[in-house]
Amino acid sequence: MSAATMPPPSFQVKPKLDAQGEPLGELLEISMGPHHPSTHGVFRMDVVLDGEEVVKLKPVFGYLHRNHEKIAEGISYLSTMPYTDRLDYFCSMTNNWAYALTIEKLAGLPVPERAEYIRVIMAELTRLQNHTCLIGFFVQDMGALGTPMMYAFREREKILDLFESVSGARMMCNYMRFGGVRVDVNDTWLAQAHKVTNEYAKFLDEFEEFLTANEILLARSQFVGVIPKDLAISAAITGPMLRASGVNYDLRKVDKYGIYSRFDFKVPLGEHGDIYDRYMVRVLEMRESLKILQQALRDIPAGPVMDPKAKLRGFRPKPGEVYGRIEGPKGELGFYVISDGSPNPYRYRIRPPSFINLTVLEDMCLGHKISDAVVILGSVDIVLGEVDR
Amino acid sequence: METLEQIKVRIEKAMPQTKIDILPNECPAGDRSLVVDTASGFAVAKFLRDDAQLKLDYCSNVTGIDWPQATIKTKVKKKVVVEGVEKEVEETIETLRSGHLEVVYHLYSMELKHGPVVLRMRTENRADKTTLPSLTPLWRGAELQEREVFDLYGVVFEGHPDLRRILMWDEFVGFPMRRDYVCPDDFEYEPTPHDKVLEQARKHYPVEVKPAVAEVKP
Repeated sequence: MSAATMPPPSFQVKPKLDAQGEPLGELLEISMGPHHPSTHGVFRMDVVLDGEEVVKLKPVFGYLHRNHEKIAEGISYLSTMPYTDRLDYFCSMTNNWAYALTIEKLAGLPVPERAEYIRVIMAELTRLQNHTCLIGFFVQDMGALGTPMMYAFREREKILDLFESVSGARMMCNYMRFGGVRVDVNDTWLAQAHKVTNEYAKFLDEFEEFLTANEILLARSQFVGVIPKDLAISAAITGPMLRASGVNYDLRKVDKYGIYSRFDFKVPLGEHGDIYDRYMVRVLEMRESLKILQQALRDIPAGPVMDPKAKLRGFRPKPGEVYGRIEGPKGELGFYVISDGSPNPYRYRIRPPSFINLTVLEDMCLGHKISDAVVILGSVDIVLGEVDR
Repeated sequence: METLEQIKVRIEKAMPQTKIDILPNECPAGDRSLVVDTASGFAVAKFLRDDAQLKLDYCSNVTGIDWPQATIKTKVKKKVVVEGVEKEVEETIETLRSGHLEVVYHLYSMELKHGPVVLRMRTENRADKTTLPSLTPLWRGAELQEREVFDLYGVVFEGHPDLRRILMWDEFVGFPMRRDYVCPDDFEYEPTPHDKVLEQARKHYPVEVKPAVAEVKP
């Protein structure tokens, strides 16, 4: 039976038996979370252990559920924009972009050249800081308490300073609009972005020197939490997790949304689909992001950043439905919007990448130790604002 | 990729008993979708996944939509001959839309890098006949999303391995994403209730709610 047609693991589990056919011990059910430092938020796992080995694991969601989709149905299109910041609060810029892209597709709005470049710059900076922090968290899950995370946060703060100086907020940027971006960036900002980009490569070298060949990291991550290629495709895994399993599917290359066809960059792929590959794919992706940033900062043209025909007030797109998606730092972030011609969307749906990436959490953890489950969850890269919506 | 019409013809050739419609989309940049009847939904989805030309191996997005019963007004331009002169008259046609729940699947192909094919299935009504075939046995990626549709809309997926509430707690009654769902009055604590909330609170708690007034000390 191939992994694609494999049914999900059975719920009925029994303890291991000894040579005489007697159970070796009792199973232990642990409720991990929702308040647990390794669950990256209010996420809970119901784990059944046989000794230290995970024999069953059920994720429990909903602690941060506020029915974001329902809220969006009751307010106008533009009012939803700040709510998208709160989905994945590490990557508000890419959330904004995915939503703006969908509505632009729905209403047929063009985006000025300069705004497209600014969007790419913001998205790649977001990817940089998201992956940096993720690696910090994930190494912390392995027991490197504090230090790597603080280095990661130090670098992230440089990028957040850039966001703050242009949008007024470090994390809740609310920066994109339908048909462009809210405010233009000036030359000082661009020079600063250039400086941050140039210095980032050095930081990555430093970071990698400590981590990539680290003995503990290798021991804890190689051949742990493996997702085979066909299961990854069937389970709709996206983003760095999918590419770590060796599937070449990056929406920046497949859909070529925005102006990504103009940039020269590569899509790093893993081979084994284990945690180490996921770590490595993210590191390499950051280096590719730096390449894109350098090209975008070099080529950015002058001009307006908002389409003059775009309406902020009284925006009522024609009836119809549209599905827009971008390659977010965590995977495919999609928005599905149905308009009935009124100022509010009739239906507004988010495809949250980190929620769907959790589908195979149990498959990854089965047979590993409980301490590995923590690291495996860390490698999925979840943000509960997006998982629970 | 083939057009939807070509796909439809091929499905009908392979499975003659299926009823398939192509749903138009008024948005020019959006995609049209295939509406499949409940009985052959699973077989059509399997065809879309396994067909060598399509290979839609990736089910990206599963969406639930609630369509309550409504009268739809559509304006049609009609040519009428009035006293020997041909005139164009706009006529409003009212059609009754029966209430139903709808589940939309966005299918892509990772291998051939094309898509999406949008697949829709509709339940018979919104009350007691809300069963649809689950597509989780075909695409694992639909597992959590179908649970979410069950949780928030009340669509029962037949063949789903683990159909439980996912975002709401198990004891919760009702389906919060339906259009006619009424929020409870006191779902959110307000220290100084005003306007609509105050009105609702008065209805719910007959005790008079005093508006907050700053105390002025002499």
